[in-house]
Amino acid sequence: MSSNTFLGMPSLPVFGHGNLNATEPFPKAAHRELGNEQLRANLGHATHTIRDKRLKVVAELPDWEQMRDAGSAIKNATMANLPALLDQFEANFTARGGIIHWARDAQEANEIVTALIRETGETEVVKVKSMATQEIGLNEYLEEQGIAAFETDLAELIVQLDHDKPSHILVPAIHKNRSQVREIFLREMPVVDPNLTDEPARLAEAARTHLRKKFLSAKVAVSGANFGLADTGTLTVVESEGNGRMCLTLPETLITVMGIEKLLPTWQDLEVFMQLLPRSSTGERMNPYTSLWTGVTPGDGPQNVHLVMLDNGRTAALADEYGRTALNCIRCSACMNVCPVYERTGGHAYGSTYPGPIGAILSPLMTGIKSEENSSLPYASSLCGACFDACPVKINIPEILVHLRGEDVDSKRSKVKIPTQMDLMMKGAEWAFSKGSHLGLLEKGLPLGKLAAGRAKVIKRLPGIAGGWTQSRDIPAPPSQSFRQWWDKDHQPSAAVVPGTGTSNSSEGEQA
Amino acid sequence: MKIALFATCIVDAMYPRTAQATVSLLERLGHEVVFPAGQACCGQMHVNSGYFKEAHAVVANHVEAFDTDDYDVAVAPSGSCVASVKHQHEMVARRCGDAGLEARAAKVGAKTYELSQLLTDVLGITNAAEQLGSYFPHKVTYHPSCHGMRLLRLEDRQLNLLASVGGIQMVELPQADQCCGFGGTFSMKNADVSSAMNADKAANICGTGAELCSGGDASCLLHIGGGLSRQGSEVGTLHFAEILASTFANPVTVTGDVKLAGSKR
Repeated sequence: MSSNTFLGMPSLPVFGHGNLNATEPFPKAAHRELGNEQLRANLGHATHTIRDKRLKVVAELPDWEQMRDAGSAIKNATMANLPALLDQFEANFTARGGIIHWARDAQEANEIVTALIRETGETEVVKVKSMATQEIGLNEYLEEQGIAAFETDLAELIVQLDHDKPSHILVPAIHKNRSQVREIFLREMPVVDPNLTDEPARLAEAARTHLRKKFLSAKVAVSGANFGLADTGTLTVVESEGNGRMCLTLPETLITVMGIEKLLPTWQDLEVFMQLLPRSSTGERMNPYTSLWTGVTPGDGPQNVHLVMLDNGRTAALADEYGRTALNCIRCSACMNVCPVYERTGGHAYGSTYPGPIGAILSPLMTGIKSEENSSLPYASSLCGACFDACPVKINIPEILVHLRGEDVDSKRSKVKIPTQMDLMMKGAEWAFSKGSHLGLLEKGLPLGKLAAGRAKVIKRLPGIAGGWTQSRDIPAPPSQSFRQWWDKDHQPSAAVVPGTGTSNSSEGEQA
Repeated sequence: MKIALFATCIVDAMYPRTAQATVSLLERLGHEVVFPAGQACCGQMHVNSGYFKEAHAVVANHVEAFDTDDYDVAVAPSGSCVASVKHQHEMVARRCGDAGLEARAAKVGAKTYELSQLLTDVLGITNAAEQLGSYFPHKVTYHPSCHGMRLLRLEDRQLNLLASVGGIQMVELPQADQCCGFGGTFSMKNADVSSAMNADKAANICGTGAELCSGGDASCLLHIGGGLSRQGSEVGTLHFAEILASTFANPVTVTGDVKLAGSKR
């Protein structure tokens, strides 16, 4: 797997594999997760806390909106020029002693990482929390190959010890509270104080003791990267606990897996993102640890430095004219912290490594909308727009959701022989709403609706897919006549009111 | 001023009194209201459900009805429908490769206002009691709908107009900026999540002790009101246009099981 195998855009977009696919349709998964009261309480509390913190620190910056514009512009420029920037990054990274490997998909990336670890003769690696390696399912793959990967981020460790999956980009264990964490530690840590309490400081101490041995003995580390700077060939990891710095400096071999979209054109661009990212993700002005490394420094830090550049569906997303700005995502998780759907269902309902609003667009963009279960993800939103307002790089998530719904409908148009209820409803509504006279004709049936509602004056049950509405909501009895009918028959222009008198002779129409 | 009313499909068919109130308000201010008869719907439901091809005919119909010089501005008592006209129509035309429609849609969009925008920014209404004779002696809370809030940036226009109504007592709605969970066909496709969102909205509304929840989108009010009704709540929903149109001599009445202070029901 030599360098320079990737030259510009592939002629056909490569769709992604690995942990990008939901395993069941979103409504089904959401139904199950909604039934978990503990999950909802944990999530509601955690998302509101981070949400409020973020609003506070964002409000401190008078130029926040300009900063978002700058972040968006830099990322758009990166995507518009990605092949050249990748070449530039590769040249600089290689010139400083780093080695680059290109991976088309999850399988290739996993094979490359495994081969690199095998070369060292080691069977254990420490890991910095990384979305890219979650995406390709690296830990599971390594386990199959007889290599143990130890997560060193506290939340990631909790999830790993519990044999669970992360449910949030930034706070992987957001769905667990501290008494649950205590139980996991007592159950799964080889050496642990049996009198461990659920005080956060005691829990952190237990994790630190557990991890310290791993840090000091590990010869190989695997990391992700938040940014790759093209003009210097530098990689960046932004974190809060210092575990990342331990992994990035102590071992002899460092293997980084990074999505090809993570580039920034210049070192200077980092200025913008180091302000956008911590505020958007943890609600902090500055994150505690930022590590930057450029190739190999003789005698200092890892002496074998590898980088796996991952496509896995990114070129497919880039090829989508309307959806490509989803690649601007810097994985801050601000969108999921404000999303009313995520807040109630949690991350597992989305199936993919990328949950919440960004996952609802990124996952289907990377796998292709024809991927059966992921086609339900773009509908997992009420389009309230809170995610767009929160996004530090201004990804218009609601617009991309709508675009992907269009792609989904179009992809099914050709193959479905029997129209779905939704198809029929939309077809009927097209007729009704494409001429005023058609709607007027339908409105002549309003008295029938009123009759159906009966004495209770509400409709309590509708058939078919509309039945989803009446599972928890009534529909009021329709009026006897529509506005259109009133306008044609009864509207008499009212006289202007004399200001201040509080009277008018307006016609209020029929009173139900 | 000659003002074209876009009633919107849901108001036309389900809440005619909201459109009647809109007409009444504008005529009280001395403006001429026209109702382009060819109008039907903004097409938002089609677009938001991914049916762009079907949306094309609906958008074309709206543009055909409103692309005339026969009026000065168009108004709709609905933030989301105005947002659709302003933000979705050009996109639908573009996706369907209809450049002619795209240009005309942009023209119509630029002339279309949401009711509180028109009243506040164009017609200079700052005090509904004095300038419109509005009187509504009830305890009311207010839900700002997502599209008005985030796409049109209506800010406090609707709330300020409501607060200036004679006799009204406004109470603040906790977590007002949270979506009610309607989202068009979202409420059918993801009925469970939508219901959970609506339940939280209803709990917040009931907690205020208000007699009514007002807002500027008939569909959100239908959703919230439907949830409240199913729970057996006596709290109702009412569009802000109807509250503004209510006067001492001609007070607005409320349908359903809603009990307003002083009402005989």
